[in-house]
Amino acid sequence: MQGSLRFRPIDAEAVESPDFVKPRLLRRDANALLRGLSLTIRGLRKSFGDNEVLRGIDLHIPAGQSVAIVGRSGCGKSTLLRLIAGLESVTAGTIGFGEETRAEDVRVMFQEPRLLPWARVLSNVEVGLGRERASADAQARAESALVEVGLAEKREQWPAVLSGGQKQRVALARALVSRPRMLAFDEPLGALDALTRISMQRLLERVWQDQGFTAIMVTHDVAEAVALADRVLVIEDGRIAHDINVDIPRPRRRGSAELAVLEGSILKNLLQGTEDSSDL
Amino acid sequence: MSLIDSLPRVRTLRLPRADGLIPWIVPLAIILIWQVACVTGFVSARVLPAPSDVALAGWKLLLSGELARDIWVSFWRASVGFLIGGSIGFAFGLANGLSQLSSKLTDTTLQMVRNIPHLALIPLVILWFGIDESAKLFLVALGVFFPIYLNTLHGIRTVDQQLIEMGRIYGMTDGELFRRVIFPGALPSIFVGLRFALGIMWLTLIVAETIAASSGLGYMAMQAREFMLIDVVVLSILIYALLGKLADSASRALERLTLSWHPAFQKH
Repeated sequence: MQGSLRFRPIDAEAVESPDFVKPRLLRRDANALLRGLSLTIRGLRKSFGDNEVLRGIDLHIPAGQSVAIVGRSGCGKSTLLRLIAGLESVTAGTIGFGEETRAEDVRVMFQEPRLLPWARVLSNVEVGLGRERASADAQARAESALVEVGLAEKREQWPAVLSGGQKQRVALARALVSRPRMLAFDEPLGALDALTRISMQRLLERVWQDQGFTAIMVTHDVAEAVALADRVLVIEDGRIAHDINVDIPRPRRRGSAELAVLEGSILKNLLQGTEDSSDL
Repeated sequence: MSLIDSLPRVRTLRLPRADGLIPWIVPLAIILIWQVACVTGFVSARVLPAPSDVALAGWKLLLSGELARDIWVSFWRASVGFLIGGSIGFAFGLANGLSQLSSKLTDTTLQMVRNIPHLALIPLVILWFGIDESAKLFLVALGVFFPIYLNTLHGIRTVDQQLIEMGRIYGMTDGELFRRVIFPGALPSIFVGLRFALGIMWLTLIVAETIAASSGLGYMAMQAREFMLIDVVVLSILIYALLGKLADSASRALERLTLSWHPAFQKH
């Protein structure tokens, strides 16, 4: 059991090591090589005024991997995600995808669905096509993205009549419709109730496996991180404090002992240093 | 058995009709009480003529063609003044909502002008334009300008920033962003301005026509006062009420049409 936990101190520069490629993932990884984008970050720093939020991040994410970023609030995890998605400009360092990318290749999904309330569900999904909105097959592509998230029958509804989980699924369809090669999630399930979260987690896992994009997800929920991700990054004080591979085969059984042990040890790490963690 | 079967159907048939009538119960009751009070002599005809007398006066004026002409003149002034003032206010609202430079340049000036009651300009306007059409149009346009300007500006400034960020991420051009995000987002507020402006439009017109005009509903009322025709005075007041209701209904219909996405306008 403990063999699946590999805590690495940040100083170790071995982030490019290929030890996360597991034989059982080979079929999917072959697909991922075509679809996913790899990401390499070197010496990344970001300050807002005098406040340095990220203090030197070095990270390599291979194509098609699913990575969860966890940390306390204010540790800079959301800032890292916004930098990767190109929503903020870097103060120092580089972020590279290893090849030329189109704007449609990297998509973001937020905690809020951010749907246009005055557009029908289908038009909201069409927004995700970016510059290809005007193309002849735009509507057909939007429809197939809605089918993918299981909301085909809601295409002519206004967003106001959907439930929170349904709105988030429409936002997912909008993010998927341009067939992105990297998807960045900023607490995508943070505002949902527990049961809806679990079905959304299953949906996210399924589309990630089907489409082979690289997934980067910021979450405050460690259980969610270990359930969904190949790899969990723990950020503390603007640095990557731990880089943990999650070696638990999929489909992962929620509430299993393996997941619980991993979750417990990550939580322990998160709480270390500032508070007494004896209650864990 | 047949009675029980027919009961729900009777209820569903009766409800919509009753719903449409409810708003008119109070006005009709007032007219009824008014009529009774006049007929019984409780209210003197010199103070307030009976509704039947007012209707009769309206009928006479309608036959002579005066009423139609005066209503048309007032309606024309109201709508032209509204269009002029409304479009200028809308244009300034858009410009100042979308451009920092434009806002810095003109907003302070407009806020200063806003605090002058536009009816206080009547003496000046009469000196400038006489009692010509342009005087009334100028006053209506000025009165309508500010509610439209302020609410358009407010609507654009309060569009959800997260939606604007979303639009940018998904590669919308400035034009698309305006058309698909900013304008629809500002629309509910623009409609609030529109309905305020309609109220101000009638108010301004009544005052302007009462003080300086040679035609129109306000003029008709002032003429009638000179000849002690109190039924015509009351008639013109009632017509103003109906026209105001008409303008309000029109803007509500437009709202329902364009804001059908809004939870407040969805039929249950």
